[in-house]
Amino acid sequence: MIACAEAVRRLWEYLDGVGDESHREAIEEHLSFCRRCCGEVEFAEELRGFLAAQGAEELPDDVRERLAATLDGLEQEAP
Amino acid sequence: MTRDVFPSDVAVRADSFRELAESQLPRLYALARRLVGDEAEDAVQDCLLKAYRGFDRLEHPAAGPAWLTSILVNTCRDRGRARSRRPEEVGVDDVDDFSLFRTIADEDPFPYSDSLHLDFLHQFGREDVRAVLASIPELYRVPMLLTYVEGYHAKEVARFLDAPLGTILARLHRGRKLFERRLWEYAEENGLLKEGARP
Repeated sequence: MIACAEAVRRLWEYLDGVGDESHREAIEEHLSFCRRCCGEVEFAEELRGFLAAQGAEELPDDVRERLAATLDGLEQEAP
Repeated sequence: MTRDVFPSDVAVRADSFRELAESQLPRLYALARRLVGDEAEDAVQDCLLKAYRGFDRLEHPAAGPAWLTSILVNTCRDRGRARSRRPEEVGVDDVDDFSLFRTIADEDPFPYSDSLHLDFLHQFGREDVRAVLASIPELYRVPMLLTYVEGYHAKEVARFLDAPLGTILARLHRGRKLFERRLWEYAEENGLLKEGARP
């Protein structure tokens, strides 16, 4: 059985689906009785979603035009 | 149009490259902005040049986005190395015990909130998050961005960065802890811990 500190240390690896099976089972056992660490898991999931939401970004028109011009230039040579 | 393999004709391959590159430009530019800031456009241009010249080595269209990401990441790392010869390491002991969840609960910045932790995150705008991520040393920031913003599995990130999986997992661990702590520090420093600080 693992303590809260150990469970918290391995939470993200657990959510990421990495780390070995024994750690995964130990965390699931811990979460089955520890409400505070369940809160940590929910918050870690929120943080993951929060980071994932940072990805989408508009490409400024002027940058798009210059990069398209780069592609035009590349087409003068064979890939 | 979906294809399993690229056609061999030169003109058609050039079109295929353009189709792939144009579809990925917004994502590549956004990633480059996070990796090298104001040098993003130059980095994407370098990436396109390298990718075009190596396009023959890409056999399957489905691998195109990850392949471009790998080239961009290494282009950005080369630029980073040119700026600073030594990556900044952070001792895990400095950050390992920090829990943002517990800190928010203990400090209780919004006493009348029914959803304290979510309210904390909602204080951060896109530029705030960009600033927090930018404050994390590159050694940890790059795996963090590729894993949690770009959505790649740690094994793919290890391949992109040509590093053992264990090394990437250790950097992700430190990067997450640093990110949590710097979110809190940023909120303190920028007045985000006041009721009604943001609408």
